[in-house]
Amino acid sequence: MDAIHGGAAMLVANYVFPNDLHVHWSMMIVLYPYITGLVDGAFIIAALYYLFDVKSLEPVARFSLLFALAFLSCATLPLLLHLGRPERNFNMLLTPNPSSAMAGFGYIYAVSMGVLGFIVLLVYRKVLVRLATETSGKMKLVYRLLIFDSFDLSEKALALDHKIIKFMVALGIPVAVVLHGYVGFIFGGVKANPTWSTPLMPVMFLFSACVSGISGIIIAYILIRKFQKRTIAHDCIQTCIKLLTLFFILAFAFEMLEVFSHSYLKSGYHHMVEGLLNGPLAASFWLWQVKICSLIPIVLLSIMILFRIRESIYHFFAALVSSILLLQVLIMRWNVVIGGQLMSKSARGYTEFHPEWFDKEGILAVIIVMSIPFVILYVLGKVLPFWTEDAGE
Amino acid sequence: MDRREFIKKVLNGTIAGSLILVMPLPGQGIEPPEQIPGIRGNEYDIHGQNFAFIVDITRCIGCGSCCVADKREYNVPDGNYRTWVERYVKGFSDQIYVDCPNGGLEGYQKPRTDIEEDIRDTFFVPKLCNMCRESPCSQVCPVGATFISPDGFVLVDQKRCVGCAYCIQACPYSSRFLNPVTRVVEKCNWCYHRIRKGLLPACVNVCPTGARKFGSLKDKNSEVYKILKGPGVLTVLKKEMGTWPALYYIGARREVV
Repeated sequence: MDAIHGGAAMLVANYVFPNDLHVHWSMMIVLYPYITGLVDGAFIIAALYYLFDVKSLEPVARFSLLFALAFLSCATLPLLLHLGRPERNFNMLLTPNPSSAMAGFGYIYAVSMGVLGFIVLLVYRKVLVRLATETSGKMKLVYRLLIFDSFDLSEKALALDHKIIKFMVALGIPVAVVLHGYVGFIFGGVKANPTWSTPLMPVMFLFSACVSGISGIIIAYILIRKFQKRTIAHDCIQTCIKLLTLFFILAFAFEMLEVFSHSYLKSGYHHMVEGLLNGPLAASFWLWQVKICSLIPIVLLSIMILFRIRESIYHFFAALVSSILLLQVLIMRWNVVIGGQLMSKSARGYTEFHPEWFDKEGILAVIIVMSIPFVILYVLGKVLPFWTEDAGE
Repeated sequence: MDRREFIKKVLNGTIAGSLILVMPLPGQGIEPPEQIPGIRGNEYDIHGQNFAFIVDITRCIGCGSCCVADKREYNVPDGNYRTWVERYVKGFSDQIYVDCPNGGLEGYQKPRTDIEEDIRDTFFVPKLCNMCRESPCSQVCPVGATFISPDGFVLVDQKRCVGCAYCIQACPYSSRFLNPVTRVVEKCNWCYHRIRKGLLPACVNVCPTGARKFGSLKDKNSEVYKILKGPGVLTVLKKEMGTWPALYYIGARREVV
């Protein structure tokens, strides 16, 4: 209690409003921004290759698109599990309230899904045309639909495809930024909660999204290639690590700036925010998010960038640092979403959160929701090859 | 008595008995006396109303009657509160001790014994929906289930609510909760159904000391009109949130949030 109340006279009561004892947004709302973040980061990798011609990212460009698609298909799952009345979810699309930030979700999600799906279809058109020619019956019809019934693989047609892909990726960048920045704004726009109410929230969410997505791609690429006993493109991993370093420095700097601002400005509810970070969140914020999952990666990334390291060790470090950063972003989401709600609006006390195993928003549900994108990715990989060398192009 | 006569008597008895059920008896059908003048018998002008709710902290004795009345009016599930009463104790060191066991439902029958310093001041603070004019809850509701009615009430359409709980996050006063039975959001509505019938909100009706006051500002004889027109100091909760509450407090110390 001393840690919580240290020096803050207002907190002696440790009084929580009766309706604040329950944490309403729990683990599913931690997962939702985590999943959209993975999508955003992966899409950034693809965009750098398809739009900005960063050639070294070629080995992972296609995979990033499929990775993003697999996760984006599951982005609504945690939300549906969270809703009290999921059967009414279409109300958001049918009768949206224009003043609500949340009301835009359905539309933004639909546009993201449409753009990403279209890009994937165009990128894989050659493969799909081959499948449409080789198969028969119902599956042929499916493939014909997926290639828009155009079997034309002439140079002219492919050049047009390339142009459209570029255009769609260019369109996809603002869409991805809106999708995730908007998730940050859903929190940043809640003035009743002093830990959420900051214009920095969408910025922090965006940069950490890039961190998680790039980390996800690095670790998935290394693991799958190792599992398939294939070579790892060192150039590609190096570019990814450089990007990861840039985005992580930005993300971490903004996360710390937010804490520093509260502490330095001493405005409004700063005693409550400080009490939260040093009390109920002392372990998950300072120890896990900052010390273990941020400072260690900074050291590792510095070594990888500043020194020449043997390729195999470099790849091991890349996988290690990516795993830690994936955890960092998850913990950051936890600390924002659940941590923010631990603070009662009475500004006099903190509530507690104990995750359950078998609740519809429990730990088991989290594991299942997070497994589904990998199953989708596996199935996608059976039809659409992850790597260019398997595509026969 | 032959069979014919017996059947006749049974039928007569049945008809007479049925009449008791359908004929009005003395006392039946009498409406409770009108508590808010000008509503009954008139067409309700939904755009022309102006109601006010005032909580007089100096009068609250912490009996919890309001909380009991509210729980019964709405069958509020245990552990959730449409209204509650907080107990504030202020020491000479300026420390504030606040508690609200079970939302004050049982009333504050015993003093706190865990405070060691000399007590300077102690008071009860009833809490309920602030009926904000710039309500963050209705702003953030993605489906428009929470809305402001033309007569100034922030209401919840339970048939539209999706149970996303965004309004719960947005309410600075923590007046809202997710009903575990209906799985939709619920909050105090100042007993809108009673007001439309000219009755006071349930909590105001049972308050033994007049700490909760409600009335129409169109009625110049109403207590709320006289208070608002008078020179007394009225405050609102969390003014800095910019929510413009229609719920006013008399005697709220600066420590009350």
